[in-house]
Amino acid sequence: MAENRDLLSKFDPLIQEREALLSTGVMDPYAIVMDEVKSPTEAICNGRETILLGTYNYMGMTFDDDVLQAGKDALDNFGAGTTGSRVLNGTYQGHKECEDALKEFYAMDHAIVFSTGYLANLGIISALADKDDFIILDIDSHASIYDGCAMGNAQIVAFKHNDVEALEKRLRRLPEEAGKLVILEGVYSMMGDIAPLREMVAICKKYGAMTLVDEAHSMGFIGENGRGVCEEAGVIDDVDFIIGTFSKSVGTVGGFCVSNHPKFEIMRLVSRPYIFTASLPPSVVATAATSIRKLMHSGNKRAHLWENSKTLHKGLRDLGFNLGTPEAQSGIIAVIVEDMMQGAMLWQALLKNGLYVNLARPPATPHGMTLLRCSLCAEHTVGQVQKILNMFEAAGKEVGII
Amino acid sequence: MSSNEATADKVKALIEPFNKKGITLSNDTTFAGDLEWDSLTVMDFVAEVEDDFDIVITMNMQAEIENVGQLIEAVDSLNG
Repeated sequence: MAENRDLLSKFDPLIQEREALLSTGVMDPYAIVMDEVKSPTEAICNGRETILLGTYNYMGMTFDDDVLQAGKDALDNFGAGTTGSRVLNGTYQGHKECEDALKEFYAMDHAIVFSTGYLANLGIISALADKDDFIILDIDSHASIYDGCAMGNAQIVAFKHNDVEALEKRLRRLPEEAGKLVILEGVYSMMGDIAPLREMVAICKKYGAMTLVDEAHSMGFIGENGRGVCEEAGVIDDVDFIIGTFSKSVGTVGGFCVSNHPKFEIMRLVSRPYIFTASLPPSVVATAATSIRKLMHSGNKRAHLWENSKTLHKGLRDLGFNLGTPEAQSGIIAVIVEDMMQGAMLWQALLKNGLYVNLARPPATPHGMTLLRCSLCAEHTVGQVQKILNMFEAAGKEVGII
Repeated sequence: MSSNEATADKVKALIEPFNKKGITLSNDTTFAGDLEWDSLTVMDFVAEVEDDFDIVITMNMQAEIENVGQLIEAVDSLNG
């Protein structure tokens, strides 16, 4: 009998790297358990009161009273799950209400809800561009964007991060008659920087490329009505598709795409990640719809979140930390550290002091960087932000970074 | 000089600034193995080649290119 070739042996280098890191005694940064969650900004982690600064819960909607009540009512009235695809038995009145809320939120003609943000990118990108079409994307695009490209077998052309000239050069060189989709993100989630959408969208128009903007990290927060960087840059009417998620500002789980394209509804019949998976539970779409409607009128919360982000950025910079952006551009502040070892040490020191942030490493990060990624919440108080800065100062000194 | 030779000379000249270890280049020289380029170096280098020849090398094509000879062939075919 032939011996089995172990298909998992290709992961040996990663297994060894992980074992080497854990053997130094640091905690496993990818195995944290939230024992209890008390509010959008506080939890009990490993038995200790912890301030949450790495949850993308930008608008703090996870514990909003109206949102919770809507979810409870839907659970009572419609049950725990739909047990079906959106195109069969899985579209309830709640899914339609959620899509109506999105259309109103964005002032757009069409909205399609997917089961996660990841699936929304997979579903829209793979359906739009196949092997004869070109997708032009920023090299630092999210994994779900790359996976959507791979699923559709599109020709992928990457350009240097946020480089307007590099984008234009590539569009100019591609065959005029070819189908082209340019994919951009409003906020890039690793460094927390925003894209120059005004310039980029104008160039896409000039070369006849359709545009898709992922606003996962900007929805609810950036722009006068929280519609994202597209709104802030004044190009929301010029982009063809906006993709977003319910798992950040909206405070639950799910994904969506909104568009004014007259043929957009056909996506429901051609997008495999829309068709071949179960739809969101009724309680989830009820919480999402309620949250989205409340986010339309959350100007004060948006203003407070900006204050928090600016205060944390300035405070960390003054302490001597190396940050991902020269000023606060979004709800994400990235602290750049030397390597995984130093990152894990700082991450652990912060957690022991009662602060949770994300430790991000390649391949998720650009340029092979290790980052401690902080995401702020509109519910963080001024006092909490000051406490966070004190914890960073103590941990940074303990680890010898500042 | 055939177009292939001219392309080869140009491609090799573009590699040199990224050839930190001073490897002698042949068609069989691999980018990941011999030149030890990481993904970041590859990205910068591909941009140089694209700008120099005024072409686009898709990521799908890049995935198939492992050595210098394959790159020269690809550039030639794109240059038509």
